[in-house]
Amino acid sequence: MSFDRIKEKLNILADAAKYDVSCSSSGSNRTNKNKGLGDASSSGICHTYTEDGRCVSLLKILLTNHCIFDCAYCVTRKSNDIKRAAFKVQEVVDLTINFYRRNYIEGLFLSSGIFKNADYTMERLVAVAKKLRLEENFNGYIHLKSIPGASDELMREAGLYADRLSVNIEIPTEKGLKLLAPDKNRADFLKPMKKVKNEIIQYKAEKKIIKSTPKYAPAGQSTQMIVGASGENDMEIMYTSNYFYKNFNLKRVYYSGYVPISYDNRLPQIGSPVPMLRENRLYQTDWLLRFYGFNIEEILNENHKSLDLDIDPKLGWALRNLHEFPIDINKADKRMLARIPGLGMKSVYKILNARRYRNLNWEHLKAIGVALNRAKYFIICASNEYEKRDLTAEKIKGLILQNSKSKYTSTLSNQLNLFG
Amino acid sequence: MNTILIYDGTFDGFLTCVFVSFDQKLKDVNIVREQFFQDTFFAKKETVITQKAKADRVWVGLKKKIKPMELSRLYYAFLSESITVENTLFKAIQYIFKSDVNVASNFANTHILEISKLSKSVGREKHRMEAFVRFKLTKDNIYFANIEPDFNVLPLISKHFKNRYADQKWMIYDLKRNYGIYYNLEKVDIVTLEFDAKYNPTHTSKDIFCEQELEFQQLWKDYFKSTNIVSRKNLKLHKQHVPKRYWKYLSEKQPN
Ligand code: SF4
Repeated sequence: MSFDRIKEKLNILADAAKYDVSCSSSGSNRTNKNKGLGDASSSGICHTYTEDGRCVSLLKILLTNHCIFDCAYCVTRKSNDIKRAAFKVQEVVDLTINFYRRNYIEGLFLSSGIFKNADYTMERLVAVAKKLRLEENFNGYIHLKSIPGASDELMREAGLYADRLSVNIEIPTEKGLKLLAPDKNRADFLKPMKKVKNEIIQYKAEKKIIKSTPKYAPAGQSTQMIVGASGENDMEIMYTSNYFYKNFNLKRVYYSGYVPISYDNRLPQIGSPVPMLRENRLYQTDWLLRFYGFNIEEILNENHKSLDLDIDPKLGWALRNLHEFPIDINKADKRMLARIPGLGMKSVYKILNARRYRNLNWEHLKAIGVALNRAKYFIICASNEYEKRDLTAEKIKGLILQNSKSKYTSTLSNQLNLFG
Repeated sequence: MNTILIYDGTFDGFLTCVFVSFDQKLKDVNIVREQFFQDTFFAKKETVITQKAKADRVWVGLKKKIKPMELSRLYYAFLSESITVENTLFKAIQYIFKSDVNVASNFANTHILEISKLSKSVGREKHRMEAFVRFKLTKDNIYFANIEPDFNVLPLISKHFKNRYADQKWMIYDLKRNYGIYYNLEKVDIVTLEFDAKYNPTHTSKDIFCEQELEFQQLWKDYFKSTNIVSRKNLKLHKQHVPKRYWKYLSEKQPN
C-alpha cells in the first residue's frame, strides 16, 4: 500500500468521521476464537484521549466522503467544496489490522457518505467487516453504520459480522429533517433499524434452542442526534430519544452538540459555541430515564420544554415537586431514594445495604459519599438536625448554586460525570 | 527481639517469610527485600530462601478464609512495591488468620484499609498499561513495547495481552524493573534483555524495527490529530485522562 496516498485518505476520512461522538467499544461478548487476532469481550478500553478529552477506542473513519446527498449540517454534503477521497475495502482492512496489532485501538467504526445508492454503499461496508472476520480471523470490535434505505438482506449480513450497528437520526424532528436534509426521509432510517432489531430478537431466541447459532450484533444498535442545529427544543429531542429506546431496543442514544461547519443561514454560524453544557444536560436526562426510574413526562412536558442549564435535571425535577419531600433516608423505598438530588445509584445501593444494620445519620451519609450540599434540603435521617425552614424552590436553588459554584462551572466532560 | 527476614522480592518469597514467621512463632518480624536490606546490630537476621511449597500453604490457607477478590487485593497490593508493603500485608494476614470470621474487607482495620488503597492504585495502573502499551514491529516479527509503569504490573497484564494477541509474537518490557514478558505463540515467558548502549527506547531505529513501522506510527499520529475537534478543545481534561508521565512511549505523542 502506498503510504502517502493512504496518509492523505486517512486525514480526510478521519476528519470527516469525527463528528460522530460514539466511540464506545463495550457491550460485546465476542471472545478470541481459534487463536486468532483480538478479543472484544473485554473491550471498552480507551487507548488514548483526544485533546478535547474524548475517549479514543476505535479507528473511526468514513469509507468515503463522496455523497449524493446534501444534508446541510454535514461536512460531507454534496455542495460543500472539500477534498474527497475513498478507501478501498482492502485498505481499511489493512489499517485496522495494523493499528489493532500495535494496541492502538479496540476495533473499527466504519461509516460512509452515500455514493451511488444505499445498497452499493452498504455492500462495501459489509465487505470490510466480512473480510476482517473471515480472512483475518479478527475478533476485535466492529461498529458499522447502517446506511438509510439499505436492503434487509444486507442488514442481515451486516449483523453477522458487526458487533454494533447504528443509524444516526441526526435531526430530532420531522420538520427539521425536511428543512436541513430534504433528500432524506424518516422511513429510510427506520427500515434498517427495524430489520436489525427483529434479527437480534430472532437470533437471541434461536440461540436459546441451538447453541451454535452465530452472534448477531451482540452489542446492539445505537443512534445519534445533533443538538442545536435545527432549533429543536429539549422536549422534542428527548421524546424522540425515548421513542427510539422503546421501539427499537436501542443500547444507546448519543447527543452531539452541533459544531458549526457552514455559512448556510439555516444553521448556527461558524464561530458560534458548541452547546456542550446543553449536551451534558441531555445525557443526564437520558440517564434519569434509563437508570433512575423517571418517566420522560416528569422531566420534560408542555409546561417545561427545556432543561435548566444552571442545575441538573434531577434537581430541577425535585424543585418543581417539593411536595414529595423531605424523604426519610431510613424508610424510603429504592424508587424514591433514587429521586433525591445529590444521590447517585451507587449511594442508593449503599444506603439500602447500610440501613439494615443501623439507622443512618448525617455522618453515615457523608461517609457513603452523598453530596449533602444538595441532598440536605430534601431529606431527613436519624438526627434532629434537618432543614426546618419552609424554603421556596427559588431559595433552595439559590443556596445550592451558592455553595457548589465550582461544580457547575468547572470543566465539563462529555464522558458523563453525573449526579455523584 | 526483633527479627529481620530477608527475601528475594518475589511474591512466593514473601509468602515463605509469612510461613517461617508462623512456623517459628516469631513475634516482631520485619520482612525486607534483599535490595533494601540495611544491616543493624539490634536485630536477628535471617535470609529466607523462597520455597514454593511453603508459600502455597499460606496461600491455600488464605484461600479458605477469604473471597477470591480479597485474595487478589493482597497480591495487587504486593505489586505496589511500596516500601512497607510486606509488613502491612504480614499484619493483615495475621489478623485474617486470627479471626474466626472473614475480616478481609473490614476497612476499619488500618492494614486492611491500606491494602485496599494500594491495590486500587495498582489496578488503575494495570488498566492504564492495557491501554497505553504501544507495540512496534521488529525485524524479527515481534511486536515490542517498552513501559515504565509506576507499579510492577507485568504479571497482571499478561493474560489480557495473551488473550488478545494470540496470533502474533509480542514482548512488553518494563525498563524500570528490567524484565519483560514474551509471548512466543505458545506461552508467556519472563525474559531479561541486554540493551545495546546506543539503544534509545523512545526512538524507532531502522536497525531494529521493520520498514513500515514508522509509517504506521505516522498514520496513527495523524489519525490522532484528525479526530480532534478543535472547537471543543479541553486540554485539562485530556491530561487528566492521559497524564504526562505516560507520554514518553505513546506513539501519538512523539514529536514529528
Ligand atoms: S447522507 Fe450522510 S454523509 Fe451524506 S450529506 Fe447526509 S449526513 Fe452527510
